Amino acid sequence: MSIDLEKILRPVDMVLPEFPAKYMTLSNGQEMVVRQVNRDEIPDILPHVEKLMHVERDYYHIVAARVYAELLAYYTYRVQDEYVLAAQVDGEIVAVVNGRIVNPDIGMSFHTLSMRRGLRVGAHAFAAKMEYHMDILKQKEVLIVAESPIGFRRWMIEYKLEKRFHIPHELGGCPSWSLTRNLFDNARNTLVVGRRPVPEKLLAKAHDAILPPTDPPKPPEDLLAATRSMLDNTGTSLIDMRRKLGGM
Amino acid sequence: MREVYVAGIGITSFTRLEYPLVEIAAYPGLMALRDSGLKKIDQLYVANMGSGRVNGQTGLASAVVDHLSLTPAGAVTIENGPASGASAIKEGFMAVASGMHDVVMVIGAERMREVNQLEATDFVATLTHPLAEYIYGVTLPSLAGMFARLYMEKYGVTSRHLAMVAVKNHHNAMDNFYAHLHEEITLEGILDSPEASTNNPYVADPLRFYDMCPVSDGGACLILVSADVMKKLNKPMIRLAGIGQATDTHAVHERKDPTYLFAVREAAKKSFAMAGVKPEDVDVAELHDAFTILEIAESEEVGFFKKGEGHIALEKGETKIGGKIPINPSGGLKAKGHPVGATGVGQAHEIVLQLRGEAKKRQVKNAKIGFTCNFGGFGNNVVCLTFIKEK
Repeated sequence: MSIDLEKILRPVDMVLPEFPAKYMTLSNGQEMVVRQVNRDEIPDILPHVEKLMHVERDYYHIVAARVYAELLAYYTYRVQDEYVLAAQVDGEIVAVVNGRIVNPDIGMSFHTLSMRRGLRVGAHAFAAKMEYHMDILKQKEVLIVAESPIGFRRWMIEYKLEKRFHIPHELGGCPSWSLTRNLFDNARNTLVVGRRPVPEKLLAKAHDAILPPTDPPKPPEDLLAATRSMLDNTGTSLIDMRRKLGGM
Repeated sequence: MREVYVAGIGITSFTRLEYPLVEIAAYPGLMALRDSGLKKIDQLYVANMGSGRVNGQTGLASAVVDHLSLTPAGAVTIENGPASGASAIKEGFMAVASGMHDVVMVIGAERMREVNQLEATDFVATLTHPLAEYIYGVTLPSLAGMFARLYMEKYGVTSRHLAMVAVKNHHNAMDNFYAHLHEEITLEGILDSPEASTNNPYVADPLRFYDMCPVSDGGACLILVSADVMKKLNKPMIRLAGIGQATDTHAVHERKDPTYLFAVREAAKKSFAMAGVKPEDVDVAELHDAFTILEIAESEEVGFFKKGEGHIALEKGETKIGGKIPINPSGGLKAKGHPVGATGVGQAHEIVLQLRGEAKKRQVKNAKIGFTCNFGGFGNNVVCLTFIKEK
């Protein structure tokens, strides 16, 4: 009985072509691989996403919480036609991007979660996601929203996205924006980069294991506790403890 | 004049700080009090460039002195563009040297990221000439771009030299807990790889993304005291030995040769003369590299290298830690960050750390004489400081 119910609950996914892995050199000289991850790999990613739920900075907490839910939904077959791409450097996960196929023409971008900052890691991963919709799935447009000012600058401004405020986005009440084929073609030479095929060793390293991020985003320093600490030594202890944890 | 010493230092991370500006200013003040062992001050100077415009707060020094429970000490806010920090140190020096005060706290603080980058860039651009520059859309990156282009044509500086400054300073910042950017970068990643033009796009040709300093929040503090007070504290005797300030034309185009930074040259000369040292005596320097080209140009103007040879010294590794004259071991504005009003105090903080021998992994060995150049406007108001470690 329960097995039959599961069949009803579980959506029937379309058969989608796989995102062909690619790689690129980051500003720090390291090579980053972007590849599609399958369901079995999701449990290896979830713990690294979970930690970011507690980073109250740049909307990491809300984005991480939603990505966690989306990945879990993907893992447990509770969302239709979702895909997940991961960006890795020497096996270390540095970004996760995901989305969904609404119909053959329209894609729904979900989230871009960068786990290492300052190297355009998230921007490169987002570009790969758009490449998947446009070049691999041959869709006409992708609906996108931003939950943080950084995301707004990266997607809406850099790609010059078109407004689709009248179309509801699956993430909720945020106004939808659209990446059209024309906009994607305009961005192709400047924002969408990467090389194929990925050298065997590099790809093998990425498939070998999803390693934890070594320098994930951290919460801001607790200055308020510091200024209280003239009369409250607890504040200083807290800061000292955070510094020690931060490797100072 | 009495001699003036640095009794205490403090600093926040230079990054985005989601706290009120008063908190950002107070935190390094507390650190400096703890560092010095002092509990009271006679006078507070707070360096800040944009609180009235960016944060909607005026009278900052009055707010900070109260927040630190340091009333009834005197308190004054100093605004002198990006040179506000070193200008406030100069005021603090004069207050102690004159005998008017024995203990003066100098704080630099800025919270620029309360507004977006466009507004922050516009706010900084208001220091340009309002009728000859600003109304035509001039920004600091655009002035630096034109300056860099001239420098390249005249002296043979290349994009690779500029990138080398960025790589060096990002590397130095890796060992600075308080730096804004903790990312190693490489020439391959920002210049040579197929992805380099995306990783490092042009911002103000020929300057690219990694030629620019970040927009930072942050605060730093120095406590300046008289010799009598200093002797009681049992701290390393770091003397603020030389101060030089000079100005140049407000509009850059009025200069005979815009590649010459006469205010930098003059301010450095005055600072060295007052301290009784020469440029070749300096062991470590913090120069105002808001743009990579400025580190090269200033290293020549202050006298470390001949005009037009700064990039050659850079190529030889003379400005690295361990080189002939290590420049910006903190990461500089380029990677440590540039909260404009706080920058000059932050530079002095680094030099004091270096002279005390407390700079950990980025320590310049046996540093005894340190130098800072705090560059206001586009070189129209410059303050240079020379610090000497005494036995």
